[in-house]
Amino acid sequence: MKRIERGRQSIALLALFAAGLAAPLLLSDYTNELALLWLMILFAVTWDILGGQMGYNSLGNIFFFGAGMYISAIVQIGLFYDVGMYTSGARTTHISFSDLQYFSGLALGMLAAGIGSAILAAAAGWALFGLRGPYFAIGTLGLAIAAAELVASWEWVGAASGISMPVFPGNPELQKLFFYMLFFALGFALLLFLNWLYSTRFRLALNAVRDDEEKAEAMGLHTRRIKRTALIVAAFFLGIAGAIFGNMTGFIEPRDIAFPTTTFNIYMVLMVLLGGKGTFWGPVVGATVFHIIKEATWTYFLGWQYVTLGLLIVIIVVYFQQGIVGWMIESYPHWFAPKPASEESDAYAKASIDLAARPEGSP
Amino acid sequence: MQHIIANISVLLAAPILNVGLLLDGLMIGAIFALAAYGLALVWGVMNVKNLAQGDFIMIGGYLAWCLDQRGLHPMWAVPLAFLLLWVIGWCLYKSVIRNVISRDLFTSLLATFGIAIVIQQGLNLAFGPNTQSAQADLPTWSFAGGLITVTGTRLFGLALALVLSAVVIVFMKSTRMGQAIRATAQDARAARVLGINTERVYAFTFCLNAAICGAVGALVAMVWNIQPFMGTTYSIRLFVIVTAAGFGNLPGVIAAGFGMGVFEQFGGFILGAQFQQALVVLLLLIVLAVRQIQQLSLRQALQ
Repeated sequence: MKRIERGRQSIALLALFAAGLAAPLLLSDYTNELALLWLMILFAVTWDILGGQMGYNSLGNIFFFGAGMYISAIVQIGLFYDVGMYTSGARTTHISFSDLQYFSGLALGMLAAGIGSAILAAAAGWALFGLRGPYFAIGTLGLAIAAAELVASWEWVGAASGISMPVFPGNPELQKLFFYMLFFALGFALLLFLNWLYSTRFRLALNAVRDDEEKAEAMGLHTRRIKRTALIVAAFFLGIAGAIFGNMTGFIEPRDIAFPTTTFNIYMVLMVLLGGKGTFWGPVVGATVFHIIKEATWTYFLGWQYVTLGLLIVIIVVYFQQGIVGWMIESYPHWFAPKPASEESDAYAKASIDLAARPEGSP
Repeated sequence: MQHIIANISVLLAAPILNVGLLLDGLMIGAIFALAAYGLALVWGVMNVKNLAQGDFIMIGGYLAWCLDQRGLHPMWAVPLAFLLLWVIGWCLYKSVIRNVISRDLFTSLLATFGIAIVIQQGLNLAFGPNTQSAQADLPTWSFAGGLITVTGTRLFGLALALVLSAVVIVFMKSTRMGQAIRATAQDARAARVLGINTERVYAFTFCLNAAICGAVGALVAMVWNIQPFMGTTYSIRLFVIVTAAGFGNLPGVIAAGFGMGVFEQFGGFILGAQFQQALVVLLLLIVLAVRQIQQLSLRQALQ
């Protein structure tokens, strides 16, 4: 279905792939910033699966990010050393990882982070998806804060003083490029995966849950299973992203790096609202624009950056909620409607275009 | 684990300590109940979930602390904070809240969260991140050989909380504005048809809630301590209380407030003070789970 639109989509994805590959070569001074940009895109796109497509506004997605970060740290260290000894403040012996140990640990850690977060998501989904609307938002926020507080008092993983991650073997330039490539690969894999997933019935089921959950259930959809699957997909990618981010910063800590409920956690929501909820490209556009604005504010309004952030939240939420892509769809609907089929196309394409004439993301 | 068991056995060995903790819990719970009532009021009347509630409390607290620093008695902060927060509440209502009432619930949640961040960071820039408290210099009484202490400030807090809630309840029951607020909560459209200016009712309700929070904050600064980022914990506490009680249920809110105070005192004593925030959040998750199971048996979702 939507053959022509999908052709356009593929071209856009290819262009993004080329841009992602070329960016660190063209802007080699900003490799770290670009890596963070891909992290922001990952945040926004995974949030949009639930918040935009499914209509469940979560304030606790950061839980899976932090969980992945800690799972990968435990795997990477625990494979070769005793974790309690490694994290204890009284440690005197110098610990180093060989190249092989580092990379095998990192690969296994990322895998374990993804799978572990997905398992946690299945459990959390079981507990949380009886909640709707604001209760769901508050419940997920509570989950994230509780995780931060519990990890902060858990001695075995270093409690509030955190864990120093294994050091990357190689020069800093190589390190930056390496982590950029990891984030880029993960982010692009997520976009490709969702590009496929959203072309299946699953997207329609997600939208049905958003539009009217009772009716969706009455039509025979297993709403609980759909909601849990969506959360597991988001958590899998967030967990891996957490593992990469933990290794990139080199030091992890519960309150400000792993489970930052007032920074990354809110950026996710904000980027999606800024870009346009429930559209494929909205979160990507929102993340890019937000990241640029944020870096500029952090540079020019240092000290006032969080006040500016709060004001930005209020302004976006109150006055500009349809987002950039949503606004474009409203103002220039003909850009987004599929072009009329050419004469030689078959009847099936025509019929599917009628079905697809509704602009993306309209309720 | 060891110190938890040790603390429990202390409580079992000296039952009089339980009485002390219970009294403390009730005195603190009265303050929670008052602020939770404000939250329930805004929630019920305008369907706005105010996540900046705890930060309003912190503004009131910092006003009390400032008066204390200038040599004035911090008790003056109670009426002053009431007035100050009334004005702040009015400004916020006119600029932000008015635009989110008719929108979906998540919008109001996120908008008030934004306000909360601005207030937190503003307080942090103005007063620094240290924990502060205002000294009220009231006498302390000891009973049972020093095992139970009742501080004058806590007693004052309890008394003031009781007076304030009595005033609010009488106001809601017997004045014209109180009647209008209750009518709007029941059915805003019908209230408008009958000639009630709901816009004014909304503004008044939000200002009243902010003002109550300010007075509560002044009490908190005297009874406990304040810090710019503590507001979030208070907001979550109040959400726990209102969620547990159901927002239309005033006696329930008051009872849940007392329960919260008692729970925190015992939890803090048994587990240690560093677990306080974790305890509050865990209680939130437990309350949500229990409410969810209750609703599930009615084949409904919590929404």
